[in-house]
Amino acid sequence: MKLTKGKIADLLNEPGCEHNHKKGEQGKNKACTQQAKPGAAQGGCAFDGASIALVPITDAAHLVHGPIACAGNSWGSRGSLSSGATTYKMGFTTDISENDIIFGGEKRLYKGISQVIKRYNPPAIFVYSTCVTALIGDDLDAVCEAATKKFETPIIPVNSPGFVGSKNLGNRLAGESLLDYVVGTAEPEYTTPYDINLIGEYNVAGEVWSVLPLFEKVGIRVLSKITGDATFEEIRYAHRAKLNVMICSKALINMGRKMEERYGIPYIEESFYGVEDMNRCLRNIAQKIGDEALQQRVETVIAEETAKLDIALAPYRARLKDKRMVLYTGGVKSWSVMSAAQDLGMKVVATSTKKSTEEDKAKIKKLLGKDGIALAKGNAKEILKVIAKTKADMLVAGGRNQYTALKARIPFLDINQERHTPYAGYDGLVEMAKEFDRALHSPIWQQVQQPAPWETVSS
Amino acid sequence: MTTITRNKKSVAVNPLKQSPPLGAALAFLGLKGIVPLFHGSQGCTAFAKVLLVRHFREAIPLATTAMTEVTTILGGEENIEQALLTLVESAKPDLIGLLTTGLTETRGDDMDGILKSIRKRHPELDYLPIIFVSTPDYKGGLQDGFAAAVNSIVATDYGQSVETYRGQSLQQVTILAGSLLAPGDGSEIKEIVEAFGLKPLVIPDLSESVDGHLDDDYNSKTPGGTSKEQLQQLERSLFTIAIGESMRPAASTLKEKFGTNYQIIPRLTGLGAVDNFLWLLAQISNYKANNWQFKPQIPEKYLRQRRQLQDAILDTHFYLGGKKISLALEPDLLYQTSWLLKEMGAEIQAAVTTTKSPILKELPFENVTIGDLEDLEDLATGSDLIITNSQGKGLAKKLNIPLYRMGYPIYDRLGNGSRCLVGYKGSMQFLFDLGNIFIEIGH
Repeated sequence: MKLTKGKIADLLNEPGCEHNHKKGEQGKNKACTQQAKPGAAQGGCAFDGASIALVPITDAAHLVHGPIACAGNSWGSRGSLSSGATTYKMGFTTDISENDIIFGGEKRLYKGISQVIKRYNPPAIFVYSTCVTALIGDDLDAVCEAATKKFETPIIPVNSPGFVGSKNLGNRLAGESLLDYVVGTAEPEYTTPYDINLIGEYNVAGEVWSVLPLFEKVGIRVLSKITGDATFEEIRYAHRAKLNVMICSKALINMGRKMEERYGIPYIEESFYGVEDMNRCLRNIAQKIGDEALQQRVETVIAEETAKLDIALAPYRARLKDKRMVLYTGGVKSWSVMSAAQDLGMKVVATSTKKSTEEDKAKIKKLLGKDGIALAKGNAKEILKVIAKTKADMLVAGGRNQYTALKARIPFLDINQERHTPYAGYDGLVEMAKEFDRALHSPIWQQVQQPAPWETVSS
Repeated sequence: MTTITRNKKSVAVNPLKQSPPLGAALAFLGLKGIVPLFHGSQGCTAFAKVLLVRHFREAIPLATTAMTEVTTILGGEENIEQALLTLVESAKPDLIGLLTTGLTETRGDDMDGILKSIRKRHPELDYLPIIFVSTPDYKGGLQDGFAAAVNSIVATDYGQSVETYRGQSLQQVTILAGSLLAPGDGSEIKEIVEAFGLKPLVIPDLSESVDGHLDDDYNSKTPGGTSKEQLQQLERSLFTIAIGESMRPAASTLKEKFGTNYQIIPRLTGLGAVDNFLWLLAQISNYKANNWQFKPQIPEKYLRQRRQLQDAILDTHFYLGGKKISLALEPDLLYQTSWLLKEMGAEIQAAVTTTKSPILKELPFENVTIGDLEDLEDLATGSDLIITNSQGKGLAKKLNIPLYRMGYPIYDRLGNGSRCLVGYKGSMQFLFDLGNIFIEIGH
């Protein structure tokens, strides 16, 4: 896949993304195409985004063609878990030197690929370009093509140098690589009418393992997981699924839309967080691919699970009732987590609408009520101000804001990538309730807020 | 003399090395009221930030010039300017630490020219020292970037001190604290120096910024560290003590700039090494206090600690003697750690490091490899202990060898902000830690 200006513009204006197709020229949301602001930007780059989307493929090797910063500072730090292979946890990089920059890094890359094949023999290697190797003009596609032939192993170029844009764009570039080089290159042993793919679920903290048993119970088969806890092979035959289920993410929306175009697979966007969303997800899948029997099984499972859940959650609901939280996260999660919190009887007093589509925003508005605050943008300082203003009991946000909250002596719950507790599915909601309870009712808050005896003496 | 082997691979597998910009940013974090600014794509900053946040469990203020493909081709001046102005408004920093990355070095931005023209356009920034360091990602590792930044810190002009200068001695000693020292080590060093009646000017002083303490306000710049006012007093130091061989260029810069004499202390663990450090301090202190009479004094508490360390050496040698230990650490830390192990009667089975350094020739064993954790895995089979950063967890598990974590990053242990492994006390801690591991596994 050659990376051209046209390609990037297409991905930024992805018609499947509601950021784009639900607005006229007038109210055009510029979130997708906006450039990072020097001195203020805090997010990751396109290479980061591509890694997030592809590294969860557990048996593949992920080789970064660039200087040490890109892989050396980041390898092995992703929270995706594996039930099998661990190759994905290794860091491979060409670690290019000044010489490679002067004379070109293609030879080094080719040799590097050969060494990885020789020693680790993975079913595939994903090769990532970076700013420096893109700038010096190394032809990633040509090297990968030659290596694929020579070593008879798919060597897949991922053209995602950091400087082309944000993490989100990187996700989509990764999706393009899967579409161009992986999906449709193999056939599954067998298919069933109930085969679905999960797209955009990365098995952070083992989350997919709390929903797979539910699918199994009702008779839905997950053919390919893209990409949490996936094998390379299962993504190759993803084109035989009957339905794509996009999870909590606009990030790989281009995959959903293009697989519909190429293979006629419809897609739906769902979330696994909270009772309402989990129920709706199962119902929607059943309605899309199922017969009445499947729909009936789904209703039975929902009834069972919600009954079980009511018992499990009862003690927590009592302790969490009316607790106030500020929620700071991106996109779909701003409302999906909100609905989970409300399932527990908690109040979301403010939430972010950063990266949210118009449809997300409408949902948020409804859930927030008239007193709730919708934060269009924010940084650590902003968040702290809102917490003070709303007298919130806790902050629920990504790991990046963890120390913002802790340093302000406020209970915190991590909702994003780096966390260690799975919150998806029915069991996940119980976990979430436990974590909320633990955070809010910890005996430490009083201690860290308490003045020292000598501070209470007035002079 | 130790032989240095470079692996001939075209691919680093499980890299040990981090990037020089990360090292430079870390050094800058030891200055007060600073925001380190990466001139590169936003990912350069994000990765470094995530690593440091996870290591220290602190909010870490790092900024980016957010270079894109287009601005890279056009040149970075506008982005640097905009980043500086934005930071001045949002963080109100006392200092800016500006560092380059692989991207902007490959492109070849003329940083001197750019800074000059920004200075010209913005006289309102005259009060703000911008410490600039060139750190291409493709040259060296964390230690190199850290050392280069320290050299820039001492080379930069901070203007005249506002404090009146009456020629009186501050009894001040400059301590150049190399990347082998953690924040807790810095605290210990300051305490030791102060005990000799001297005033330590530690550069960089991580023990005031990333030591893990709770402030009253939220910080968008570093809450502590060496201040701009202290940096203005640099020329008044009696002497420079550079800890870690990599601090030599900075020490020599101070010698050139202010004529301050220096000594390199390549390590600060183990009985003999700590003795030498205290003896040096005693002599500096004596030089002023006793009017040229030679009567160096060692504070009582260190005489006690020395006896405690001797006792610890006796108690732990049963467990450490003859043990085969494999290490993968940056050059200075490798030197410090392996010498102490050698002095305890342990055997260095294998050693891997990140980057070249003159100190590698003086390691207490025959061969060191400049390589990665794959090299360590190949060499460490059959060792009794592995010492490297948290990334060694996988290989230690695979080889079924216990792991002692040192270096960066350490993700899976608490207290990296306060851990101290230098001085008599820190040496004792290190010996106990290792001894306890061997007791636990029943050796």
